[in-house]
Amino acid sequence: MISDNHLDTSVDIAVIGGGLVGCAVARELAGYQLSVALIEARADIGDVTSKANTAILHTGFDATPESLESKLVRRGYELLGDYSIRAGIPIERTGALLVAWTDEELATLGKLAAKAVANGYELCELVDADEVYRREPHLGLGALGGLTVPDESIICSWTTALAYATEALDRGATLLLNHRVDSVERTGNATVLRTNSGDVRATWVINCAGHGADIIDRHFGFERFTVVPRRGELIVFDKLARSLVSSIVLPVPSSRGKGVLISPTIYGNVMLGPTADNIEDRTATGTTEAGLASLLDKGRALMPDLLDEEVTAVYAGLRAATEHDDYVTAIDAAQRYVLVGGIRSTGLTASMALAEYVAELLRGAGLQLIQRDDLPPTRRMPNVGEAFIRPYADSDRIAADAEYGKVVCFCERVTRGEIRDALESPIPPTDLDGLRRRTRALMGRCQGFYCGAEVEKLLRGASADIEVSS
Amino acid sequence: MTNRSTILVVGAGPAGLTAATELARTHQVVLFDRESAAGGIPRHSAHTGYGIRDLHRVMTGPNYARRLVERAREAGVDIRTESTVTGWAGDHSLVVTSPHGRVQWDADAVILATGARERPRSARLIAGDRPAGVLTTGQLQNMVHLHHRTPGKRAVVVGSELVSWSAVLTLREAGCDTVLMTTERSRPESYALFHHPARVLLSTPVSTATRVVRVIGRDALEAVEVEDVRAGSRRIVECDVLVLTADWIPDYELTALAGLDRDRGTRGPRVDMSLRTSRAGVFAVGNLIHPVDTADVCALDGRQVAGAVRSYLRDLGMGEHSSAAEGSASDSSAAEGSLPDSSLPDGAVIQAVAPLRWIAPSLIRAGDHAPARRRLLLWSDEFRLSPRLVATQDGREVGRLTIPWPAVPGRVLRAPWALLERANPAAGEVRVTLG
Repeated sequence: MISDNHLDTSVDIAVIGGGLVGCAVARELAGYQLSVALIEARADIGDVTSKANTAILHTGFDATPESLESKLVRRGYELLGDYSIRAGIPIERTGALLVAWTDEELATLGKLAAKAVANGYELCELVDADEVYRREPHLGLGALGGLTVPDESIICSWTTALAYATEALDRGATLLLNHRVDSVERTGNATVLRTNSGDVRATWVINCAGHGADIIDRHFGFERFTVVPRRGELIVFDKLARSLVSSIVLPVPSSRGKGVLISPTIYGNVMLGPTADNIEDRTATGTTEAGLASLLDKGRALMPDLLDEEVTAVYAGLRAATEHDDYVTAIDAAQRYVLVGGIRSTGLTASMALAEYVAELLRGAGLQLIQRDDLPPTRRMPNVGEAFIRPYADSDRIAADAEYGKVVCFCERVTRGEIRDALESPIPPTDLDGLRRRTRALMGRCQGFYCGAEVEKLLRGASADIEVSS
Repeated sequence: MTNRSTILVVGAGPAGLTAATELARTHQVVLFDRESAAGGIPRHSAHTGYGIRDLHRVMTGPNYARRLVERAREAGVDIRTESTVTGWAGDHSLVVTSPHGRVQWDADAVILATGARERPRSARLIAGDRPAGVLTTGQLQNMVHLHHRTPGKRAVVVGSELVSWSAVLTLREAGCDTVLMTTERSRPESYALFHHPARVLLSTPVSTATRVVRVIGRDALEAVEVEDVRAGSRRIVECDVLVLTADWIPDYELTALAGLDRDRGTRGPRVDMSLRTSRAGVFAVGNLIHPVDTADVCALDGRQVAGAVRSYLRDLGMGEHSSAAEGSASDSSAAEGSLPDSSLPDGAVIQAVAPLRWIAPSLIRAGDHAPARRRLLLWSDEFRLSPRLVATQDGREVGRLTIPWPAVPGRVLRAPWALLERANPAAGEVRVTLG
């Protein structure tokens, strides 16, 4: 259930943070005989870092071998890959191609191939320039060679967070939206989380607060890391550009600095980015002139034809980087507190493995984790992926329910039926951005020229007290 | 499911409606529009000034749209609204989604009349926050005229073209002041001042050579940062609405999906004087091919194309009314298989040279007659009081004209057909320059 009221809540486990990691942890722990509350400061889940990433399901080929990140990304890749089939999360196994443009980068490819093996991934292959252009004929001039990573994939991170949270609710967890944790108090055997919408009393607290994880950690008396937001700006090109790219084209790290990638998106567009700026403001998700200009420069060299296509969207996301090279996780059995911090862009891939890892930590600290035998089946999420059949193209569905034949958002071909379903779903959207993440409405090339007002009306009509902002 | 019609028209704006109306007198015509009502963009514009050149009267947008729809119905056009054409199933076959189902429509001829829209903020790469309150004119008019909502109190309008002033009037109707209009050009397009109540417009401050560089405001729009392009200086202008006008882009998705040749200037399909595209039997009209001219000029494209479609069908051996009798047969392959070799003659591409951005039509094929209204449409990025146009082919001058009306950035320059009348379709590219 979703609880928005100011009544106090008492649970076995409180998970702070409704991003990908928090949602995955809540889903996992709700599978045991435990009461779980998922606490989110904002009005929707997956509304901060989780909504603005590159949405790649990583093999972990380039992780630091032996790191926790390497281990969890590898495990998470398998777990989420399987889960996506069950939950109907759109995924495309496009593969990736690292492209070297300098001799230094070419030399690095060999080292990366060895690193992939050290990370337990043995399918990378070094290819020459001809093969690079055979695979990606629209690349700009000057590619010297490449390294293939056949299993890198693209996935819908929005549906992933939503699927986790929905299943957590189906398993009986409570979702507390608009609950910002302001302070923490230890009383006897419990912790009281004081939020702006009432207290939450929990036996165990799991900190998955993303950009706020260091602040929550300090409430428990620690001084062990600081989140330094790293802003990444991205440009999304029109769907008509999709045929220019067949796989994820990755840069090779070098002394030239971090390059940018060009990737198909699960919605049928092409993405260019991200930039990487360390910044102070943990809420600065605006784009910058310098960032966009640098992306266009790099994009022009990487794939000139791409720049001829229209830009559909630009946005910026913040990665929760820290001073540490690895994820920052810890358990404090005395305070009954678990930290899951410093989860960078690989967190999407690692999310389910992180959830498993948290369960192991809890078990290690003596918590009895008894699997429930009455778990509801995993619900299939509505498909927003371009590679799979969507309602507008599904004759049977339209025949059964004409609402799926009423296209409301023309560019993305979103139907009234899908918007209705989203508004009636267990975790309905609270604003246009939330509706966009659930249906793709308004994320197309016209950005609302035709249907903005109509879609807004549907959203407003759904609930008088919903606040519309975008 | 498969249906059949002689002619399919995509887009029920002025161009599509007029083409369908003309052709319905002699052929079976089905017209699709994805919106819930036919009429296109004029439906959203409450201002007057519609219908002058085609209906020879002055009407408001909604009345004009209604009139065009009535005429189409009377002529027997099968208008299907809430019908989104999502792609092609063959050279002259479309796939359509509507509440009645997903249907393949086969035909002998297809007319694309999908129109144009304004580039949204993202495509203009304006940096900054992403608050509510950043709108295109289309969104604004939709919000005010169709949904009766108030956009805000203080607006900044980007652009100073006809449509920009139209946005100012819409804002005013909704009780919102325009505190600033910006244009990157060095002078405002004063043309509009003669067409709108001057009192409103003269009180609107216009900053020339100015561009909006940043949007400020996390949830709601608070201000924009504007830059004086020449001096490089910047300032913050407080506002709660930003309207991005003009900067037109045709809706060329079906054009691109068909792989039709496109014009680099308009980005829409390349058409000849008869409005034929690079695929025999596929035609294009309206602001899809000239983004953008007025509704009545679009409508007259519709008349022009009717002749070309009739002659194409005649060449196919299809007498008039021949297939109306067939009704909605469900056999699709027969029509495709029975097409004779109807490959189009090559032609000479017409290239607009900067500061001209585009010319439409941009192709002359053998046998082409004059374009619609005997006018070529051009877009200039610079102002000229008496524009001098020169057409050359293979280094030789084939036409020269001085036009007695100005070339104004942000609106179409209409030029007499005489400029290209002597061009040879077989003699290679024609270059048109502005002196």
